[in-house]
Amino acid sequence: MNVGTTTTTVPSAGPLAGSRSFLSRLRQGDEIARMITFLFAASVVLVTVLLVFELWQGSDLSRHKFGFNFFRTSVWDPIFGQFGALPFIYGTLITAAVSLLIAVPLGIGAAIFLAELAPARVSDTLEFFIDLLAAVPSVIYGVLGIFIVVPLMRQYIQPALKHALGFLPLFQGPAYGVGFLTAGVVLAIMVIPYIISVSREVLLSVPRDQREAALSLGATRWESTWKVVVPFARAGIFGSIFLALARALGETMAVTMVIGNTPTISASLFSPGYSIAAVIANEFTEAVGDLHTQSLIELALVLFILTFILNGVARLLIVATSQRGSGMGNV
Amino acid sequence: MSPRLRWRKFVSGFMLAMTGVCAFVAVSVLFLILGYLVYHGGTSINWNFFTKLPTPVGETGGGMANAIVGSGKLLLLATLIGVPIGFFGAIYLAEFSGATTAFVVRYAADLLNGVPSIVIGIFAFILVVHPFKHFSTLAGGFALGLMMIPITLRSTEEFLRGVPNALREAAMALGASKWKTIASVIVPAAYRGILTAILLAFARVAGETAPLLFTALGNRFWSPGWNQPTAALPEMIYRYAISPYDDWNRQAWAAGLVLLVLILVINIVARAILSRGIAVPRS
Amino acid sequence: MKRITGLLLVVLAFAGVLWADSALSITGAGATFPYPMYSKWFDEYHKKNANLEINYQSIGSGGGIRQVTEGTVDFGATDGPMNDDQIKAYQDKHGFAILHFPTVLGADVPTYNIPGVDVELSFTQEAIAGIFLGTITKWNDPAITGSNKGVSLPANDIVVVHRSEGSGTTYIWTDYLSKISDEWKTKVGKGASVNWPVGLGGKGNEGVTGTVKNTPNSIGYVELIYAIQNKMPYGRVKNSSGAFVKADLASVTAAAAAAVKSMPDDFRVSITDAPGKTAYPISSFTWLLVPAKFSDTNKRDAIKGFVKWMLADGQNYTEALSYAKLPKEVVAKELKAIDKIQ
Repeated sequence: MNVGTTTTTVPSAGPLAGSRSFLSRLRQGDEIARMITFLFAASVVLVTVLLVFELWQGSDLSRHKFGFNFFRTSVWDPIFGQFGALPFIYGTLITAAVSLLIAVPLGIGAAIFLAELAPARVSDTLEFFIDLLAAVPSVIYGVLGIFIVVPLMRQYIQPALKHALGFLPLFQGPAYGVGFLTAGVVLAIMVIPYIISVSREVLLSVPRDQREAALSLGATRWESTWKVVVPFARAGIFGSIFLALARALGETMAVTMVIGNTPTISASLFSPGYSIAAVIANEFTEAVGDLHTQSLIELALVLFILTFILNGVARLLIVATSQRGSGMGNV
Repeated sequence: MSPRLRWRKFVSGFMLAMTGVCAFVAVSVLFLILGYLVYHGGTSINWNFFTKLPTPVGETGGGMANAIVGSGKLLLLATLIGVPIGFFGAIYLAEFSGATTAFVVRYAADLLNGVPSIVIGIFAFILVVHPFKHFSTLAGGFALGLMMIPITLRSTEEFLRGVPNALREAAMALGASKWKTIASVIVPAAYRGILTAILLAFARVAGETAPLLFTALGNRFWSPGWNQPTAALPEMIYRYAISPYDDWNRQAWAAGLVLLVLILVINIVARAILSRGIAVPRS
Repeated sequence: MKRITGLLLVVLAFAGVLWADSALSITGAGATFPYPMYSKWFDEYHKKNANLEINYQSIGSGGGIRQVTEGTVDFGATDGPMNDDQIKAYQDKHGFAILHFPTVLGADVPTYNIPGVDVELSFTQEAIAGIFLGTITKWNDPAITGSNKGVSLPANDIVVVHRSEGSGTTYIWTDYLSKISDEWKTKVGKGASVNWPVGLGGKGNEGVTGTVKNTPNSIGYVELIYAIQNKMPYGRVKNSSGAFVKADLASVTAAAAAAVKSMPDDFRVSITDAPGKTAYPISSFTWLLVPAKFSDTNKRDAIKGFVKWMLADGQNYTEALSYAKLPKEVVAKELKAIDKIQ
């Protein structure tokens, strides 16, 4: 009589190596457990597929009506039924670009400090605080944006930039306080924690001997960091940037509170603008008419695809670096 | 020491100092945020805030009692939806599934995780609000629950996998069936990590506003049951912050402080549990 | 195992308690224009009827129309009446009509924030149209200074603030602009959501007021009470008879006087640029959108009860919030129309 257990096989994932019959597994409750947990796991897949399906289905009308012109026209006119996504795509990309321009140098710098310089305890404590920064909700950044950043921009920073760099088209136009630049700054604060924590991890995973080799060849501390360690971890750092970018693209509340909510394409960073997430938040509940609603859903689809690609690439890069770090070893 | 070497050493010291500055800036932002919230919000927090309902527009003295309860209900529902799916799904991934299924499920979870919260809001609107013809706590809880799934799933799976195989083998050797092993050995061993994952997922959705805009809508009164629109803290903060009324602005700061403190406390507790700083009672 | 069962029971009990529907809850959504009035009304009505909660969310008139058509709210509210296409769409979708019930009279005022200027400005029609078209860009433009002699206006750029979402307040404003400016009519048109030539977007009357309040050199259009409650200056507007009129109870009531005589049965009427020496040219009714049929008789009776109260006692609260009362003839007509709600 079969006792029903194996003695030598190590069960990791997957069913036990067929030494128990289906019925005996059923009797012991394992098959039921398997089926129940499978249902839960499958529901995750189901929900995700449903999400993509609904987005695709829900934008049917506007996709057929506008086709690729959706991405080339900049008129968003509910009265005349004209919907072009260009201003929103522009605003989303510009604010993300500004945020990265600020967050990446700061973030990588801080990550280098935490990974290379700071003693372990300091590094861990600071990392703890930075993780807390990542937990602050978007709407609170929005509140701070409205009451602190916007007046600061309007009264001091934008006039200063205009004064010093006003010959560039980037810094022309009236200083409203709200606009692309402000949204970019707020987004930068929001994405820095992601860059720091992931970069710090990949930097820490770089094998010690890389540094030691550089130092033994006469490099200064900085040179060994910047010319050896960082390039080694380059893929992972790029991964963190993509992750940050994906977050910046999808941010809604903080952006809509400081960007000015005007569909405009302008070379000036002082100009008010709009982002995909912000226009959906503002107009979705009251889009009268199927075309308007479906155009908004099409925007959501675009956003989804963008973040999907970025997240995928980010993950690949980060995994590649960690594997490289552990795989290459010392010899 | 040659001039070139001196220069290189100077650059080295300078750049490393700069990285210190970067780190300092990043961390000080957190304290600035907290500081501002405490300063502006601390003075507005009073008993009214926690106990009163909102007053008509333009009148002062209202509070956010219904928003606090509303957020509580939404989060409870979100946990009831998100945690079981994430938890049991993770058990499947860690203990039962084959490689391809595991890949598909993880991929789907990562996909879900990356979806911007406003898009989740649209999804919940299409799936729950539209058919039921009601803005409701149910829809809002559903949206938030969806967001909790991936975090719970991935973290729980990691912690389950982290349980040493020796424990599994020992249980098997003693004649325990698979599910009994999982229930009484593996899960309790990974208890801390799983709890941490749930707490972190909870803290993540506690502050979400965008998904609630199209689902919970908002309510100036108490929201009875689960099928009516409800007020929620993040949504009230948004409305009050963009308004011109000073009283509302003050309440927005106060609510922001309350929300942030709640989220930070949960985060700190979660991490402390994980690093064995706090004793977690086990059955 | 016991712990899990115990926990489950607690959760279920909790859920059960929360599930108990104690009060009848009715949801409405729509215009921000009358929001201060409605929030006061529903609050007062709740005090008188503790079992009834009318939860009104100000998401904008466009939202009110959309959500009541979708059926996700019990009633809507708008300051831009539904056009024929929208009414037909509702009828087709539900099989019964949607009814408009005017509630109060209000006014869109041009409120501004100009550093150093806290007096009342007077705006001609050309000035307003030009500012919002973007053709007049500075505060010291002759079109503005011409009607404001004695006020020193700075040479600063004008920051226009408009609504970022579908709004009845926008409808009223653009309706007026379309009447007084051909350029506006052809270039932009009237509607709840238009393609604005210039300006920042704020969400709701609250958002626009907030943005104007925080942005120097800005001008926006908001309902009168928002400017008053936030102690912000607002200007006089030149009406069809050539007089510069400030929005107040008298001038808004005067604007409605002409329309009252010819009020259509469905109550949809525009009173912008109304005739009359004392009429304020950017006035408007605002409407509740009530379905003609309710499957839930409790809700139907509750709403009918509220509308009746609103037309009687409710009107006594309007003036304190600077909304003008409905003319008596309109009230009488509405009381009869309530019977249409089945």
